[in-house]
Amino acid sequence: MIAGQKTILTQAEAKIIDNFAVLKGEMAQRGLLLEAARKAAMDSFCKNGFPSKQMESWHYTDMRTKLIHIASCNNTKADRLLAFPLLPNNIVLGLINGQAVVSPEMKWKKEMLCATPLDKLLTNSQAELPQDFADDNVIAQINTAFVSNGWKLDILENVSLDKIIELQNIQNGGQSHVRFPVTVGKNANVTIIERQSGNNEDSFISSVSNLDTAEGSQVLWIIIRERGLMSSELNQFNAQLGKNVVLKLYVIHTGSHFLRQEINVNLNGIGADFQLREINLLSGKTHTDTTMVVRHLAENTTSKEIIRNVAMDRACGVFQGIIQVVKEAKKTDAHMVCNSLILSDKAEFYTKPQLEIFAEDVSCGHGATVSEIDHDQLFYLMARGIPEVKARAILVEAFFRELIEELDKEKLRKVLWRLLDECLQAHI
Amino acid sequence: MNGLNHMLEIKNLYARIAEIEVINDLNLTIKEGEIAAIMGPNGSGKSTLSYILAGRENYEVKSGNILYNGQSILEMDVAERAILGIFLAFQYPVEIPGVAMMEFLKTAMNAQRKARGELELKIPEFLKHVKAVAAKLEMDISMLKRPLNVGFSGGEKKRAEILQMTLLEPKLCVLDETDSGLDVDALKIVADGVNALRAADRSFLVITHYQRLLDYIVPDTVHVLYKGRIVKSGDKSLALYLEQNGYTDIIGEVT
Repeated sequence: MIAGQKTILTQAEAKIIDNFAVLKGEMAQRGLLLEAARKAAMDSFCKNGFPSKQMESWHYTDMRTKLIHIASCNNTKADRLLAFPLLPNNIVLGLINGQAVVSPEMKWKKEMLCATPLDKLLTNSQAELPQDFADDNVIAQINTAFVSNGWKLDILENVSLDKIIELQNIQNGGQSHVRFPVTVGKNANVTIIERQSGNNEDSFISSVSNLDTAEGSQVLWIIIRERGLMSSELNQFNAQLGKNVVLKLYVIHTGSHFLRQEINVNLNGIGADFQLREINLLSGKTHTDTTMVVRHLAENTTSKEIIRNVAMDRACGVFQGIIQVVKEAKKTDAHMVCNSLILSDKAEFYTKPQLEIFAEDVSCGHGATVSEIDHDQLFYLMARGIPEVKARAILVEAFFRELIEELDKEKLRKVLWRLLDECLQAHI
Repeated sequence: MNGLNHMLEIKNLYARIAEIEVINDLNLTIKEGEIAAIMGPNGSGKSTLSYILAGRENYEVKSGNILYNGQSILEMDVAERAILGIFLAFQYPVEIPGVAMMEFLKTAMNAQRKARGELELKIPEFLKHVKAVAAKLEMDISMLKRPLNVGFSGGEKKRAEILQMTLLEPKLCVLDETDSGLDVDALKIVADGVNALRAADRSFLVITHYQRLLDYIVPDTVHVLYKGRIVKSGDKSLALYLEQNGYTDIIGEVT
């Protein structure tokens, strides 16, 4: 314990600090850099603990009361079975309870894609880890202190991968902290699915993806989360966009007990474009927070973010989004909209969209709505003989349909529909 | 041509919405195969009556009864009434973005078939059938590819209502001001669509403000609704009388 601790530690904070002491001998530690990074991360965590509600970026998510329990760090020997790929030809790179797994028949061309389990790089001091931690960046703190594995991907210049890369991060009970550093070479084109899944056992996960894109590349990145009722996940998606890069990020979220999804995107290069489409189906007693920072740092950059939330049961959701436009980023075009549909008296959703604009000659906007099922629409459907439950499901699907229909991959659309449909059937 | 059976009997009906009395001791009987027209000035309760028949929530029936083929429907929800064969052609059909027109038609038809213990439609037959009906109503096929009612003109929306009515083959068709917003050509097409459905076992309740519609859909009976009750009934000549003289003297008799 460090001197200067202001408040009494919560059980969960104490557990994390204990875990660090216990695991110290077991974690990949070779190399001074790695050791220094872990120590700096833990020092920062000890100093701050979980972020307080006074921190603006955590105002609607009080981890001290929302994350009261941390799953054991003893990963039981789980089945080492990967999930079926979402599409048959996907290149599946798995992590099962923190262990890198790849099926032997999985093949790809080495001159197109380099995929390396992160534990190998950690032990050889080849993994880059942050050394500085902002007070409110608890995800980087915990992830760096405990990171044990992940996949490093390098998609080489001018490569257009027709197969989808499917990263499976499966956590069935226990705890894992993983990273996905990904570089995409000049003019390359790739689709990556980050699949976060697990059963209903008690679990605690941190997952950090860092995407670095070179000029002219195109990336479709899809986060699909189907976690169990007792899962707590801290997820950070960080992306750097070079000149004329197009990044489209989909986030499809169902399940979970606690989730903080951070999205940080820097549009560094002229002409870069970022598109976010996010669907949150919140059920049970989940607390799900998406906090997004999009920075327009160069001229002629564009972004559009559409977030659709359905809050059911006793779920609580949060979306905080900020679009920053620096003085140099003239002719920026940036629009964000967050729509929430509340289906139960006990469900709630908090939205805070923000714009910070220092450039001239820009087109920026944001909008937010919170609504219930439209009674006129429900009456109309039922007046044609469609039973109420089915009619409600139709209207909820209609609420986010356009986001899915925008995907130009038909097979993928079907997979996403199936997933969303299953979740709705269970909760409407 | 009308049968002897009463398809719809509204008996001493009192109803209110938000504490306001909107239907006051309404009595109306429609026989099998009959076309009944309800006319009345604005605010007399015409649309309210159509919503009450369809079972819309928030319309509270205080007393009286509505019998459909001898069976009270007051305890049934909107979908259950529709499955029994009660169809409401809306005055203002709602737009539902995100619901494809064809998908909606298929879902509605299959929901009703399923409830009646019939097999689901086969897709090719369904498509063929829908396209044939749409063509008769002179609907542009591209409308079928759009989201439900979205971006439809007033006339297109009314045609889409008749399309649904034709496909669902209801027994009691309630047409709520189907003529509003239609030019004469569209009115003829819509009326032809309705007339094509006339049958000995199908009844119509045609709600309208103007008698113009009744030139094309000729009613067997005409009823004047005022302040939530039927104040005068007659045959089609009553509609012509109203056209020439307005409602004032009939209402005057009542008040």
